[in-house]
Amino acid sequence: MDRIKQIYNDEKLLKKLQEDRDISIEDVLENEMVINMGPQHPATHGVLRLVLRLDGETVTGIIPELGYLHRGYEKMAENMSFIEFIPHTDRLDYLATMCNNVGYVLAVEKLAGIETPKRAQYIRMIVAELSRIASHLIAIGTFAMDVGAVTMVMWTFREREKVNSIFDRIAGARFTTSYTRIGGVASDIDDQSIAEIAKFLTELEPALVEMDKLMLSNRIFIDRLEGIGILPKEDAIALGVTGPNLRASGVEYDVRRAKPYLFYNEIDFKIPTFTQGDCLARYFQRGDEVRESVKILRQCLDKIPQGEVIANNPKKVLPHKTEIYSKMEELIHDFMIINFGINPPVGDTYFSVENPKGELGFYIVSNGSGQPWKLKIHSPSFCNLQAVSQLCKGAMISDVVAIIGSLDPVMGEADK
Amino acid sequence: MNTKELIIEKVKEKFSESVEEISDFRDDLSITIKKDQIVNLGRFLKENSDLQFIMCKDVTAIDWATRKKRFTTVYHIYSFKLNYTLRLKSNIDDDPPTIETVSPIWPSANWYERETWDMYGIKFINHPDLRRMYMPEGFEHHPLKKDFPVLGIPGSLPLPNKAD
Amino acid sequence: MGLEAVLQKDGFLTTTIDAIVAWSRKSSVWPMPMGISCCAIEMIAAADPKYDIARFGSEVMRFSPRQSDLMIVAGTVTYKMAQVVRRIYDQMPEPKWVIAMGACTSSGGMYRSYSVVQGIDQFLPVDVYTAGCPPRPENLLNALMTIQEKISKTKARDFKNRSLAELEHSQN
Repeated sequence: MDRIKQIYNDEKLLKKLQEDRDISIEDVLENEMVINMGPQHPATHGVLRLVLRLDGETVTGIIPELGYLHRGYEKMAENMSFIEFIPHTDRLDYLATMCNNVGYVLAVEKLAGIETPKRAQYIRMIVAELSRIASHLIAIGTFAMDVGAVTMVMWTFREREKVNSIFDRIAGARFTTSYTRIGGVASDIDDQSIAEIAKFLTELEPALVEMDKLMLSNRIFIDRLEGIGILPKEDAIALGVTGPNLRASGVEYDVRRAKPYLFYNEIDFKIPTFTQGDCLARYFQRGDEVRESVKILRQCLDKIPQGEVIANNPKKVLPHKTEIYSKMEELIHDFMIINFGINPPVGDTYFSVENPKGELGFYIVSNGSGQPWKLKIHSPSFCNLQAVSQLCKGAMISDVVAIIGSLDPVMGEADK
Repeated sequence: MNTKELIIEKVKEKFSESVEEISDFRDDLSITIKKDQIVNLGRFLKENSDLQFIMCKDVTAIDWATRKKRFTTVYHIYSFKLNYTLRLKSNIDDDPPTIETVSPIWPSANWYERETWDMYGIKFINHPDLRRMYMPEGFEHHPLKKDFPVLGIPGSLPLPNKAD
Repeated sequence: MGLEAVLQKDGFLTTTIDAIVAWSRKSSVWPMPMGISCCAIEMIAAADPKYDIARFGSEVMRFSPRQSDLMIVAGTVTYKMAQVVRRIYDQMPEPKWVIAMGACTSSGGMYRSYSVVQGIDQFLPVDVYTAGCPPRPENLLNALMTIQEKISKTKARDFKNRSLAELEHSQN
């Protein structure tokens, strides 16, 4: 009752109520509508929130809002040693855990100047490419699911599970692997793992053909993607878009080729590009990259040399657990590295790798202590999301879902 | 002449007065420039036909905590022509920290600068839309400053009630 | 076929309304997948052909809170997200249950940082905590079975302290 009395006493409020009542249905049709999408929405791939301004069904303005998964990686990195941060890199782009592991340790190795044995480098390449396949499969699957083809996600997850079982065997964890170490990898891969990878590759190729058959004979799928969300080459560069999204717009930029790390310069592979820059091109782009990864993996399996998988550098590289328990020197080094860190020289480096989502860079500032003074993660999803506002302007509201799916952002990495 | 020498020569030719430091650590070239020249240098690097640094990969800052010039902004820019990533730095000495925005030169810097504002509280002058990137509106602190604790300040972020 | 065999022999079954309601409820739990981060992928993996959550009658993932009765909070909940999670929880009709999937949701996990809520039980009533970072799909299925066990024990008198009007309202 008090509330009603208050309303009747409040002239301003009364006037407002009157005005609201005076709005006729025609006025509503003329007005623009603002709607909220996310942060809990199945098509936003996590917790991205979009605020859309609509004129009928056409999007006239769009504002992405991030930060719903901001976990404070950079702050935490400043308070832990270089080695402690490795498990955190898993959870950056959690669809391609191995790629992040590899990228981070390579960045630290560049800063500290650590040489890694050749076999370890090849193993890193193998796991990174497997991870890339898994990530692209999910990207394709969820993208297709977003535009209504639910079967696809089941098929791609079936293939991805095989990659996960391989990781389970290699690293001991199917999902968050934390497999790489500074100076090498945690454990060697055995012949059976190599055989399993080879078996997976032979199974994957026909599966990819099947998937393409399923999707490309589907007219709805093609019609919903072709010519939607066109990102011209110049805009893609200006907005800082990297990875498959940039290549689908016709820029042949791949860190694996532009600034080869590991042994990508010894491997023969193509960089697929498309010129259309629309959603369909981005779909094809990922499929082609999976095929290239299969090619890279085949070569890696052929070329992988025998030898050590962790560098012999006692001051910087953690010794193996069995040695710590049996040898004096190793125990001392383990104690020193765990307690005081690897103490890279004073300076700052930027190192980037080609992740499934784009260019993942680590900018590390060291003041000579065991913890980074600053660690900045240049995450590809964050950059790619910046293109959303431009792509969605003028599109239909149902296209927004397709556009986000085609950009394939991962919020764990975009929000850091 | 290799890429690094070319860049150094071109920059020195035009900005010899304002370049504070050029360092080359682990094959990463980084140029420190006076704060008021960062936009001019950026525009020059982008528009010079020999250099063409048309992509801005990253903008961030470093909090030195105890130094007199407490903050340094860091820019990573990339040239497809030279296939080279160059780092620009600029020290900020005023309080509260401010610097001119580079987002008119590289549109991608828009979000990077918003993120830097959110994390370090560095105001980018003339930025088109300087809002917080990650933290909720109404949050008063800037988390990546060195005087902000990792565990946060209790009560600075609200939680919903556990009304059962 | 158990039920048919019994029905052919005797033609009738005796049970309580409570038991049959609880039985049907537990066999068709509709989850609301509150997928926030890494755990969300394992949650989808639990629904994929290999692990197949449909065996437990929970394959109907509803992204609308109004249609679901189990919220699986999968992923790190930040302070900014906490408001959203709570709001979605409030929109779910009673009776409802919550699984805190993974270390982050249960206790903050490895994120001892300024923006992460150190355990969602600070603002939500949680029924089952699941260990792991992220938990394997088997572990999520185990959590689901635990919830089913819990549901099978619910009786109408558990809701005695609520008025009828309130209960009717909450069911719609």
